[in-house]
Amino acid sequence: MSLMNTLLQAAVDNSAAAYSKMGAAIGAGLAAIGAGLGIGKIGGSAMESIARQPESLGDIRANMIVAAALVEGAVFFAIVVCLLILFL
Amino acid sequence: MMGQSKKMPDFITLFTMSSVKKTFVTFVFSAFLIVKIFANHAVSEVEMASGHPESTHETSHSHDKTDKYDPGKMIMDHVTDAHDWHLWGEGHKAVSISLPVILYVKSKGLICFSSVHFQHGHAAYEGFQLNDKGTVVWEDQKNTEAIYDISITKNVLAMMLAVFALMIITIGMARSYKKRQGKAPKGFHNLVEPLVLFIRDDVARASIGHKADKYLPMLLSIFFFIFVNNIFGLIPIFPGGANVTGNIAVTMVLAVIVFLTVNLQANKYYWKHIFLPDVPVWMYVIIIPIEVLGVVLKPFVLMLRLFANITAGHIIILGFFSLIFIFGAMKPGLGFAVSPLSVAFTVFMSLLELLVAFLQAFVFTLLTAIYIGSAIEEHHH
Repeated sequence: MSLMNTLLQAAVDNSAAAYSKMGAAIGAGLAAIGAGLGIGKIGGSAMESIARQPESLGDIRANMIVAAALVEGAVFFAIVVCLLILFL
Repeated sequence: MMGQSKKMPDFITLFTMSSVKKTFVTFVFSAFLIVKIFANHAVSEVEMASGHPESTHETSHSHDKTDKYDPGKMIMDHVTDAHDWHLWGEGHKAVSISLPVILYVKSKGLICFSSVHFQHGHAAYEGFQLNDKGTVVWEDQKNTEAIYDISITKNVLAMMLAVFALMIITIGMARSYKKRQGKAPKGFHNLVEPLVLFIRDDVARASIGHKADKYLPMLLSIFFFIFVNNIFGLIPIFPGGANVTGNIAVTMVLAVIVFLTVNLQANKYYWKHIFLPDVPVWMYVIIIPIEVLGVVLKPFVLMLRLFANITAGHIIILGFFSLIFIFGAMKPGLGFAVSPLSVAFTVFMSLLELLVAFLQAFVFTLLTAIYIGSAIEEHHH
């Protein structure tokens, strides 16, 4: 906890807008966690279903890619909000 | 096939000129381009040396002699649009192609000039100057008249080059297929044919059904436009290297096209599903706002997905390159030491970006096909 206080103190000493930058950085990290969890789950269930039925490899692969791209779309929405905080 | 001598590749037979004339035209065009680049360079040098003869007192003096490397600025310069295409060199010795600035102001009409007069933002010209974001603004801060900027910027030129390359490929392919009825494609077209068939069979016909062929030109155009512009954005030197699909205006236009197509082609069952869905009446309060929002939100998310994926990839690659210069600024030897690592990371990221380039084009096209399919779907009960 004291480490967090030190970091915040250092951030605020440099400029008052540092809080928002720190918030943006934490938000981007959380978005990455969300992406990892989501796509990990998709990949995991794809692996299991390929193991159950190897001849449906092509169909499963295509659907896995599509689902991963859709989940990433939501994640990139969060990333764009963080970028807006940093640069606007 | 075996006895044929090595001919011109098919996609150049688009031009009915002889090969001698073609070489001549290419030579003249390249000479013009090279002379223009160095002429701009010389003009900038002369104007710099003689103390900004065309500028007034309102020039921005952000050009200090500090050698501190600014990775943020370098990344932003590479990812955003600009009025000149910077090729190589730093500061005074920068070599760039100055693109035309075309402005429309109601009181003055159409104004065109070369962006070399802006001298990378250090000078004003005819009452206009570049602010630090690179936008054209009035030199006199109190003037609030609207400036409509329809210049040929870096992204516009890059889009034109990509479209030109695409036209050579596709028109050449169409002619070659007509000439070689029933035979297999030759050369480069072997690369493009699987992509076209993939979009036709696994994307269009799978999602839209039997009316897919009507929408195939649009889906193929979207796919190849996004794919070629993504690939060109990964090439580090001249015709490539402009972040076209990472420009939110470009992706917004693509999303608007999808929005218009889906909603103008929709049949009444589509609108029925939105405004009078098949749910108990008390749920209308929840479902209808969500559905109406969805009509606008789906193309919006398409736009955002493409923009963020491509821009994020470019920023990551540029960030890895910046590592070399950041370490080099601390100690000269460190820069050299970190460069193998940096190059390795960049190569890995570039391979990933190749995958992303294809994947994002595919996902955009697939979702467009799915939305069109849901719009023209017949009633099943």
